[in-house]
Amino acid sequence: MHELSIAMSIIELAEEESERRGAQVTAVHLKLGELSGVVKDALLGSFELACEQSSLRKARLVVEDIPIRIFCPKCDAQRPITSIQLFRCAVCGTPSAEVVQGRELEVIALEIEEWDHSPA
Amino acid sequence: MGSQPRLIEVRKNVLKQNDIVARALRDQFREAGAFVVSMVSSPGSGKTMFLEKTLTLLRRNHRVAALVGDLATENDAIRLGRSQVPVKQIITGTLCHLEAAMVKNALEGWDLDQLDYLFIENVGNLVCPSSYDLGENLRLVLISVTEGEDKPLKYPTIFNSADVAVVTKMDLADAVEFDWDSAYANIQAVRPGMMVFRLSAKTGEGMGDYLDFLMKRLNEFRSAGVS
Repeated sequence: MHELSIAMSIIELAEEESERRGAQVTAVHLKLGELSGVVKDALLGSFELACEQSSLRKARLVVEDIPIRIFCPKCDAQRPITSIQLFRCAVCGTPSAEVVQGRELEVIALEIEEWDHSPA
Repeated sequence: MGSQPRLIEVRKNVLKQNDIVARALRDQFREAGAFVVSMVSSPGSGKTMFLEKTLTLLRRNHRVAALVGDLATENDAIRLGRSQVPVKQIITGTLCHLEAAMVKNALEGWDLDQLDYLFIENVGNLVCPSSYDLGENLRLVLISVTEGEDKPLKYPTIFNSADVAVVTKMDLADAVEFDWDSAYANIQAVRPGMMVFRLSAKTGEGMGDYLDFLMKRLNEFRSAGVS
């Protein structure tokens, strides 16, 4: 169970941005690869818990699941795999260990709220 | 005055901090010419016995050392001390994996120039260590015949992140009706092309091929570092 420490790293990252921009973070958008080694449900639970102890308070974590893709030497193209238990090209069945997508653990965007000081 | 929600692009790797430390370690290992092998496995797979045998055999002709991660005890370090090589325990407390910064701290004061091999034994866990780069040159995943042939299918992420697999306790294979072909096929399913060694750390059977492989990798590593 290392999702809590991952959640805390995400929050730290968001807090830095929040301070730098002088704005409140209301949501964090995350890309989560199937091969990242992080369990989504555990991460969501941990994030909620860790947020309450931070300046993010009620911020949401929006997770985009990134499926595994390999480079298939036979198709000469990026392809999905049969399953996480079978690293073969889903199109032609050729085995490949060349993962081109699916290891992501990346904050891609933040939703922030700024106070509007301009005259109404 | 009202609030204006806005979406801003960030693009930051969550484990950036770990990756930066790991990269610095990898540079340091390359400069020192120390080949670093990290080992992951389930609890009870025989990792410490395997490491003890590896260290004992390698130290005849090489300078070796080890770092071992454990949740609470120093038993592994005491056991490994018998192999008469420098061993340091990293007690992780409640943390289920090693991180690059722990390796860095543990190596403080060590002269890496004096080493050919450094082994890093991760905490017994096939889940969490997969996300953390430790700066190693080779990640080894160890399973034992008593764990069953389908271990790779249950933990595809860690097997996929590894560079080489070792199946140990082969001396017990018959007793537990271990099906080598099936285990090998399962490893290849989740990590096509991965080299797999089968051995018994207890009897020493198969250790030779594995040690030859390590020496070959050390030579390749050093000639790559020179060029």
